[in-house]
Amino acid sequence: MADEVISEFLAEASEILDVLERDLVAVDTGELDPPDVVAGTFRAFHTLKGTSGFLGFEHLGGVAHAGEDLLCAIREGSVQWTRPVTDVLLQVLDALRAIMAEAARTEKDGDNGYPALVAALRSLASPAAAAAAEPAGKPASAAPPAPPPEAPPAPPPAPPLAEEPPRPSFRPTAPPPTLVRPSTPRPPPPAPAPPAAAERAAPPSASPAPSEHVAAAPEKSRSPPPEAHGESGEGAGTLRVPVPVLDRLMSLVGELVLARNQLICQEATREDARLGATTQRIHQLTTGLQEAVMKARMQPIDNVFSRLPRVARDTAQACGKQVRLALQGNETELDKTLLEAIKDPLTHLVRNSVDHGIERAEARLAAGKPAEGTVTVRAFQDGGQVIVEIEDDGGGVNVAKVRAKAVSLGLVGQEEAERLSERETIELVFRPGFSTADAVSQISGRGVGMDVVRTNVERIGGSVEMVSTAGRGSVCRIRVPLTLLIVPALIVASGGERYAVPQANLVELVRVAAERESQMVVDVHGSLVLRLRGTLLPLLDLGKVLGTGSAARAADGALSVVVLGAEGRQFGFLVDEVADTEEIVVKALGRRLQALGAFSGATVRGDGRVALVLDVAGIARRSGLLAEADARAAASAQATRAAAKKPYLILRGRDDGRLAIPLSAVARIEEIAPERVERVGGAEAVQYRGSVLPLVRVAQALTERRKRPRAPEARPEEKLQVVVQEWAGREVGLVVESILDVAEEDVTVDPTRARPGVAGCAVIQGRITEVLDTAALLQAQMGPTQELLRA
Amino acid sequence: MPDSLRICTFLLGDRTFALPVAEVREVVKDLETTPVPLAPGSVLGLVHLRGQIATVVDLRRRLDLPPRDPQEPHVNVVVQGADGLVCLPVDDVGDVIDVPSSAVERPPDTLRPAVRELVRSICKLHDELVLLLDTARAVDPSP
Repeated sequence: MADEVISEFLAEASEILDVLERDLVAVDTGELDPPDVVAGTFRAFHTLKGTSGFLGFEHLGGVAHAGEDLLCAIREGSVQWTRPVTDVLLQVLDALRAIMAEAARTEKDGDNGYPALVAALRSLASPAAAAAAEPAGKPASAAPPAPPPEAPPAPPPAPPLAEEPPRPSFRPTAPPPTLVRPSTPRPPPPAPAPPAAAERAAPPSASPAPSEHVAAAPEKSRSPPPEAHGESGEGAGTLRVPVPVLDRLMSLVGELVLARNQLICQEATREDARLGATTQRIHQLTTGLQEAVMKARMQPIDNVFSRLPRVARDTAQACGKQVRLALQGNETELDKTLLEAIKDPLTHLVRNSVDHGIERAEARLAAGKPAEGTVTVRAFQDGGQVIVEIEDDGGGVNVAKVRAKAVSLGLVGQEEAERLSERETIELVFRPGFSTADAVSQISGRGVGMDVVRTNVERIGGSVEMVSTAGRGSVCRIRVPLTLLIVPALIVASGGERYAVPQANLVELVRVAAERESQMVVDVHGSLVLRLRGTLLPLLDLGKVLGTGSAARAADGALSVVVLGAEGRQFGFLVDEVADTEEIVVKALGRRLQALGAFSGATVRGDGRVALVLDVAGIARRSGLLAEADARAAASAQATRAAAKKPYLILRGRDDGRLAIPLSAVARIEEIAPERVERVGGAEAVQYRGSVLPLVRVAQALTERRKRPRAPEARPEEKLQVVVQEWAGREVGLVVESILDVAEEDVTVDPTRARPGVAGCAVIQGRITEVLDTAALLQAQMGPTQELLRA
Repeated sequence: MPDSLRICTFLLGDRTFALPVAEVREVVKDLETTPVPLAPGSVLGLVHLRGQIATVVDLRRRLDLPPRDPQEPHVNVVVQGADGLVCLPVDDVGDVIDVPSSAVERPPDTLRPAVRELVRSICKLHDELVLLLDTARAVDPSP
């Protein structure tokens, strides 16, 4: 038997099983009625059985046969379709896949005939099964009674299988890593594809609905990509193209884009109108070609979504919860490589939402929510990115629990954990080795979860973030670029060289004029902070980080700052100059250069020179702005308690001593005119951003060690320095004497020197500094104040 | 000819080295190099080679030779490394020579260990000795 024949059969069978699985789960959730799927399922099993017999796959045929018998009994009405039927049929799919996987490896179908499963099928099918099984043996003549034509377009959940009598062969289609493009105009609007033709070309996915127009590339089968099949594409307006061909096309287009950029660059130096016109034409053609090839690689995200209902169902069943999965934006398209890359992260996140997010029915009812939880997965395009959100209406992330867990796992120290903001606490979930489940459940909670999700998504230039509202649920948001190879980038100059910054990381560009520099850029002891609209952003001098000298100024003395985001954090890069944006073709660097953690690739620019593409997250990590790297290393070594460098805001205390507040606790720094301070009861407050901002004077709140303060109280005409921070769900302003600096150090707090409002002492910048415990300080001060404000 | 080896010789200073011809992709003239900050010292930078990007590795540094006079003209030997294309700037490219296996010997133990690491064998030609480099090791841009 030619292995090619087997691999083609396996590929097609795998597609059939994917469609069946979706249908069965849809029956389970009530989206489809059993009669809608009985005929299709029957024929699917029948086709599998027939071809298995032809290829000598005895076990595969046996299991399919038993499944067919059960469906036959249901069709004849002697057996009702119940939940156990769905369960057992899903098990049949699993068994068939297992046998097929075996067959893909060995070209034999193994020695497991799944007798227990077959027996279960027979017992469900009995008593009618005994009688029904016989005629089902030679159904080639007994053409399946055509099922009532299914309501055509709308959400056509059960794609009809080809309306032809089952035959003991199969259509030579679907080599596994293959894309099928319908020839109908592409953006999804349900252009009515010629149904008959489409059915012939790709039977299991022949629905005209856009979300299903691409045959899912079967994931299980590992057979080599056979050559393109002329006959399968005939007439349908659809052609199966092996993925390597598309990859090659894409890389050629990449080269063409580079050559085009160079041509434009050279043309600019000549005064030749005809050359100019030709260049312009080539420019347009290249852009058109690039778009067309990129589109050919795009697949609807439905190919990944389609397996989620089963994932949600199985997880919900395993943990005894009632969960409904809603999918939105199935037709959103994404480059095939990226689609593959987000498959596992997405599966994991859905599992997580069901397992950890959604509460048990009793708890939900007690909280006044419907017993059935909802997990919504929606995909949509946003600029050059695709965003996939996994939202649940569960209990949200239990911040206290996450903190306690992180401490018990040694990921953070006790004091550090208590000072973490809610957002930072949620970030802990992405640390390696973190697992929230009370008991490690079978489903998720194996501690290999979210950090792997994040790593995988970031590897393809995406990001993952999580937002949670206590009691209301959480949203996990994955952002991935539309395509990998050609990305829009900002070209910046630093140290005399040009670098490309992926647009995906770009937040905004800030020009700091010389006269505003002292206000906007705080630079002490080499740690720079940018004050931008009241928020504080860590600032890196790119030239210093790369060792090519510090940033140059523009002719007028202004500084250029590129504000970037990575891993849910924002920071600024100080560069010499911001050039323009450009479409770049990213090429991989060698392993050693990639390992520097500063560059994600390189690109060739119009002038033929190479420019490095900055790995924004990597550089931030190198510089200690994103502590994850340190934490990852630490956690894997199980060594330290995440002694990552943390930035602190250094303040001058009343008695000239130094105080520090973890920068992570600081939301903003404001200067407030003293006349704006109003008195509410015994407490001070200002009107701020449309609400009341209670003020706490740190100097008064701290029990002074000295009897008499050495420094006088702030002079009344001076503006108040206010550190705004979040406390108990609202913003509170800490009035401080003066802000000295921001220091980023590996700080060890000595708790034996604690006093009310102070967590302990530490040596920061070589000087003894009291580290404030702002939470405790506010608790002591705000308890009474809050009452007053409420009154 | 199974019992001979075809090598391509090149000059670094006054020494002659060689690489197996089969591993040399091409020889190109000087290219504009983009430095890679933070990279190991033997990485001179990146160059653009007809749509591909090659890493420029300083063989002199790898072989403990004095640095090249930047004014002197040079050419680049391009080889396929395990990790992508690698450009090796050399002073000049010599000949392609078939060396009979009888003239190929193990490198002498007297070679300095750092250099010996990169040398696959020594070829005795009628007028000189040529050090045949191990391509994979020579292009590895470790410090």
